[in-house]
Parts: sequence; C-alpha cells; structure tokens
Amino acid sequence: MRNPLRSEGEAYRLLWIVVGGAAVIIAAAFVNTWLGVAVAVIAFGALGWWLMKEPVPGAADPPKPVASGTPPGTRRVLVVAPPGTETVAAPDGAELLVVVPALASTRESLTGAVDDRRHDAEATAAALEARLPAARVEVGADDPALAVEDALRVFGADEVLVAGDDGMLEAIRERVAIPVSRA
Amino acid sequence: MYLFIASEIMLFGSFFTAYFFVRIVNGTPWPTPPYHLPVFVATINTFILMTSSATMHWATQSIKRGNVWGMRAGLLLTFLMGLAFLTSQLYEYMRAGFNTSNGAFPTIFFCLTGLHGCHVFVGLSILLFMTIRAFRGHFSAEHHHGVEIGGIYWHFVDVMWIVVFTTVYIL
Repeated sequence: MRNPLRSEGEAYRLLWIVVGGAAVIIAAAFVNTWLGVAVAVIAFGALGWWLMKEPVPGAADPPKPVASGTPPGTRRVLVVAPPGTETVAAPDGAELLVVVPALASTRESLTGAVDDRRHDAEATAAALEARLPAARVEVGADDPALAVEDALRVFGADEVLVAGDDGMLEAIRERVAIPVSRA
Repeated sequence: MYLFIASEIMLFGSFFTAYFFVRIVNGTPWPTPPYHLPVFVATINTFILMTSSATMHWATQSIKRGNVWGMRAGLLLTFLMGLAFLTSQLYEYMRAGFNTSNGAFPTIFFCLTGLHGCHVFVGLSILLFMTIRAFRGHFSAEHHHGVEIGGIYWHFVDVMWIVVFTTVYIL
C-alpha cells in the first residue's frame, strides 16, 4: 500500500490529486446532485485503488543483489548477532563486522517505540566489542535483512554469518546474493 | 505515520459523520436560512492555502539542492500565507452573523472549520520553528529532515481544507 504522506513530494502530489478530484465532484454536483454523489463515490474508489494498488516505486521490483566489493586478498565476514548474543566465533584472519539488529515487535515498529530495543542492541554491541577487539561492532535496523543490506553498502563482505534463528537466516538469504550461513 | 493518518481520519471522520447526518439524514437546509456562508472569502482562502503548499514545496526542493535562501524565502512565504488564512478565518467567524447557539448548522460549521483551523495553528507553530531554524542555518542539502516533515504536515492540512471547503462551502 502506498503511503500518501511518505515524503513531502508524495504529500504535495496527493494535494493536487485531491484538488482535481474535488473540482470534478463540484462540476458534476452542479449538473445534478446525484451525478455529484456518483462521481464522489467513483473518485473516492479511484483514490482508494490508487493507494492500495499502485506500488511504491521500486517496491514491486525484486531486491537487487548486493555485490561484494572486497579488495583482493582480504576476506571480509559480516556477522549478524541478535541482542543477547554473548559471543561470536571469529573466522581466523578475516576482517569482521558484527551487526546487532535492534529487533522490535510489529507494534513497536509501527509506533516507533524502539528506544528500549535499541538500548538492548547497544548493550549487546558494547559487550561484543569488548570480547572482539579486532572487530567492528554496529547496531543495525530493527529488520535484520535491512540491517544486513545497510551494512553491505559500506562493507563489501564475502559472506554473512547469522547467529540468529532459522527465520532470520532465511530472511537474510532471500535478500542478499552472497553466501549466508549459520554462525 | 499510518497511525497518525488513521487517527486523523477518525477525528475528521467523526465530524463529517455529524455533518452528513445533519444535512442528509435530518434534511436540514445548508446553510439554514437566513444565514449565508462566506463562500467568496473561503475561496480566496483556498487559493492562499494552495499557494502556500506550492511555496512549501519550493522550500523543500530548494534545500534539497542546497539553495538555503530559496528555502528561507519559501518557508517565510508559507508562514505568512498560513497566518493570512488563519487571520481571515477568524475575521470570517466574527462577521458570520451566527454562532453555535443558533442550531445544528452553525455548530457543525464551526466544529469542522474550527478543527481544521486548529490544525493550521499547529502547522503555523511548526512553520515558525522551521523558519527560525532555517534562518539560523540549521538545515543543509544533507540535513533537512525537519523541513521535509513540516512540509508533509502542511500539505496534509491543505488536503483536509480542500475536503472541508468542498463539502461545507460548495456542495
């Protein structure tokens, strides 16, 4: 579903769509009241269809595979460690980035009340950073797959290791083109 | 954002339900004689508000391109037009010739337009802070989230006015 208030540009477009729709309804209502009602029903239906059916630009496209930009001779590993993870096994000789997604429930995501979840993730990240001094540890988005995508934009990893459950593993595997396995 | 939209739809929806009930189910003439709605002033106000949305869009597009003075001018113009809208609406209220004790029609009229006026007041407050921040150099091409969010709210307020204007004043 399209969010008509997703951005300032989208909201501005919605305004002109509503202005156009109102002009048509007014014109029809001046001809005949019931014609105006009919046009209003059609206009609201069309607006609802547009909001429900028209995909957000890019949303209908399959996610683009994220290519690794690893310099030759360097093995880079991205580790996804959910909050509460006590330690991760670091592959020998690899450059390591650990991402701790700030996992939140649907309700918390919808309401934006993710502060507590972010604090949990920050606590885990701090603990992992103390145990893995050679690794870089970051807090990621509340969606693990999105957190991995964000991390891969700045860290060209050869593989992703997931310390979470099977659902998390599969969700990440569907979104990235590089090998994903269990940590 | 979805929760905000849903809560606003329910809020305005309750007032519009009362409006349609009074006008269609009860069959109350709209406006009830001998009163008249100030359609001309409201039409001018509509053009002012639509223009203010254009200047708001200009401000946002300007700062996205790094044009700080374009953003400042756009925000200032938007604020002034919003202020003009609210001032003329208050003036319209004083000259309306009816008040809420005159029956269902004036009550619904003041509730619907007043509810929208409250939204304009909130929007003006946001715009005021945005304009002050813009002149203090708080926004740049990279950091302009405050302008974007304020712009979304302002366009939303304008969308609601188009709906209110069409139903209350025109139809």
